[in-house]
Amino acid sequence: MIREDDFAKRRVEKGIADLTDEQLYDKFWEMCEKVVDPLLELGKKNTTPSVERAVLLRMGVSSLDTQKIVEGAMDRGLMGHGTGHIVYRIAKDKGLSLREASAALAKGEYWDDAVAIFNKEEK
Amino acid sequence: MADIVLNKNEKLDVREILKDLENYEPRRRGWHWREPAPNLEMGPFTFHDMTKPLKQGIGLPPAKFFDNIDPQPQPVITTEIASGRFEDDIRRMRMAAWHGADHIMVIRHMGQSHIDGLMEGTPQGIGGVPITRKQVRAQRKALDLIEDEVGRELNYHSYVSGVAGPDVAVMFAEEGINGAHQDPQYNVLYRDINCVRSFVDACESKKVLAWAGILQIDGAHNANATAREAWKVMPELIVQHAINSLFSEKVGILPENISLSTVPPDAAPAPAMYLDLPYAVALRDICNRYKMRAQQNTKYVCSSVREATVTHIMNMVISKLTSADIQSTITPDEGRNVPWHIYNMEAIDNAKQAYVYLDGFNELVELKKEGPLVEMVRDLKERATLFMMEIVEAGGYFNAVEQGFFVDSAKYPARNGDGIARKIKGGVGYGYIFPREEDYLAPVTAHYGYNNVEQYGGNPEDPAALIGGCTFEDRSKIVYIDELDESDTVNLRLENVKKYLDGEAIIPEMEWCGDGVVMLTMMVPANVRTAEATGLQIAAKMGLNNPEVISKEIMHPSEGTRIEVKGKLTFDIDPDSLVLPPPPHHLPDAVLFEEFKDHHMRVVCGTVGDDEHSVGLREIINIKHGGIEKWGIEVQYLGTSVPVEKLVDAAVELDADAILASTIISHDNIHYKNMKRINELAIEKGIREKVIIAAGGTQVSPEDARATGIDEGFGRDSHGIDVATFLCEEAMRRRGDLPEGGHLKGIDEDDD
Repeated sequence: MIREDDFAKRRVEKGIADLTDEQLYDKFWEMCEKVVDPLLELGKKNTTPSVERAVLLRMGVSSLDTQKIVEGAMDRGLMGHGTGHIVYRIAKDKGLSLREASAALAKGEYWDDAVAIFNKEEK
Repeated sequence: MADIVLNKNEKLDVREILKDLENYEPRRRGWHWREPAPNLEMGPFTFHDMTKPLKQGIGLPPAKFFDNIDPQPQPVITTEIASGRFEDDIRRMRMAAWHGADHIMVIRHMGQSHIDGLMEGTPQGIGGVPITRKQVRAQRKALDLIEDEVGRELNYHSYVSGVAGPDVAVMFAEEGINGAHQDPQYNVLYRDINCVRSFVDACESKKVLAWAGILQIDGAHNANATAREAWKVMPELIVQHAINSLFSEKVGILPENISLSTVPPDAAPAPAMYLDLPYAVALRDICNRYKMRAQQNTKYVCSSVREATVTHIMNMVISKLTSADIQSTITPDEGRNVPWHIYNMEAIDNAKQAYVYLDGFNELVELKKEGPLVEMVRDLKERATLFMMEIVEAGGYFNAVEQGFFVDSAKYPARNGDGIARKIKGGVGYGYIFPREEDYLAPVTAHYGYNNVEQYGGNPEDPAALIGGCTFEDRSKIVYIDELDESDTVNLRLENVKKYLDGEAIIPEMEWCGDGVVMLTMMVPANVRTAEATGLQIAAKMGLNNPEVISKEIMHPSEGTRIEVKGKLTFDIDPDSLVLPPPPHHLPDAVLFEEFKDHHMRVVCGTVGDDEHSVGLREIINIKHGGIEKWGIEVQYLGTSVPVEKLVDAAVELDADAILASTIISHDNIHYKNMKRINELAIEKGIREKVIIAAGGTQVSPEDARATGIDEGFGRDSHGIDVATFLCEEAMRRRGDLPEGGHLKGIDEDDD
């Protein structure tokens, strides 16, 4: 966009010219809130490979395995359940420790079980 | 694990730090502010804005005139250390802490922001350090030791950005990192990481930072480093700061842990204060809930370290007049190369010097409450508010980014159409955003957003309880990886410089152990092109490898050019070949003043024999030249060619406590003969017991002088302080306040 400086006109039209300093301050932060709130909503409702890797790390999964598990989940459409969830369930269902379950998943094992668990639950 | 304790007289051995790293645990979490010490008394002064002093440190050069005090100003002082070899950076961190830095920032390896996941091991970096768990742990461990040494907490800091932001945040929380850059806008605008991805990731990263009490610094200042005309983007800077700050606060970071990275956008020859001060005031007014990290403007830094330093100092005047909780220091050589050790110290000292100089300033001056300052502040606030309103009107942040709202070079609301535009459906990481299903689960602490722990009977307040605690509760769950690529490790690099680490050889170092880099400064009386070529040839003829001109400043188009050249030495020095003269023994001013106040000392002196030399003795006695008069010694100067008899008679007559004879002429050992004669005469006149006798001259050796029977001799390069120290201690020995042959503790001497 190319625009001449219309500050003198704009400040009147947008109703900020006559605000006190305190009112201007409040207006600024009220607008800022409108900008950031939808961004926070996105964070609540979505996940990403890096969010998932960071979950797996906190579960004690090796950094060498986190991306492999995330790729396994993406390949099978399971990201929305949470990769930590997959590790948690495989460990629980197979009687493994979280470390063992994550290492196995990183090696490509148990994915059929994971698909079965989560697809069944979706129905 | 045996605790290492650093000794100031021994170099820190990085190899010791690297031992047993897998078992290291950080001693604390969270940020540390300096502790205010109101009305601090140090030396002869009462300070206004200083903080708890260091246990040990390196004061400013003039400290020696003020009882060696080293007052520590209020702002935390940052230094950025990232040479690419973290092991060498550790020694620089130690030097920096001694000079007064307590915020150690490590820049990341170029390209790390596009790596999916954590890097591991200790590969060498370019433009920064590959941030890995091992590297972080080693540096944090070293900083623990260094903070014990200087007696102040050291904040350790790096970056949480790029496509592995949350991974890095988790690792930082686990490893006791204290500060981090985190600003999704930076990813979007400068790293072209997909904007939705950046903000989703940022929610998780910030939640983790909040849990760990890590102080967050934003990235808004990059807008003025990037914009074509930096002084015009001020309204946008305020907007960017506000977006990241409020976003962070809403994720859960405490406002006192949210710090704006703010830069005065201009540099002289722009009328920088007039432009930048209103901006600083407006920003601090609007973002008054948050902390300010003041950083020097680097956009206009050239290769002149002097110019960079002056900008830095003037920027700090703005900081002082407004506020700065953290004062960053840009190394003045940033415009030339990856910063060198010495310039980190210069920058830290610049900050310390400026703030100590300005101690109490705001009790003396205040900003005007009417006139152009107030008008310009209001103007900026209105423009920033209008900018924020237009983002909302455009349909929100992502639409605004897509339409190129940001980093447009015109002063808002004017638009030049050259802003950075990023597509909502584009950039690195696009297509990798997944909606959370109803059963989405992440059984860990500090996870942001929807998390269905209830399906397994979990407690939403403590999701990690489902797995018996995550790594944040139970460190033993952390997987420590030592090395991945055995061909690129710290151990190999250290092995290559073993002889230097072991003290078997010494070579100068600007950046890395063993680099052998030296710098030459010269004034070449020629135009700039000729001077540059001359400088290079001189360096080559001096035997420097890879000579490179790093700075040229025109003194006059034809009369001369200031040239600075760097190059590498091709030899090193065997420390066994060095001859170290004994260090001088000098008493501190305070001790000398007290001695000669409490015990008056009258000295008669002159140049004896047929000797018209007067300069040397005058240097020793004259107060203007740092002579003994300075400490309150009374001096009776008899002149030149004084017969020795007259000197001793004068001592009797004036009831002197000491005789100082200057004797320059030395043929036929006349100087020693004169000393012998003075001693004999003093005995004859019955004053030898009372009077201290000393003599000096360019050919005098102390041993031979004492052999003549007098008390002390002073040779070439002696100064008033040498004579005063001797007179003080000799008088004390004679009174019995010091044992025979005893000495007081001198300047820079250790207790023993």
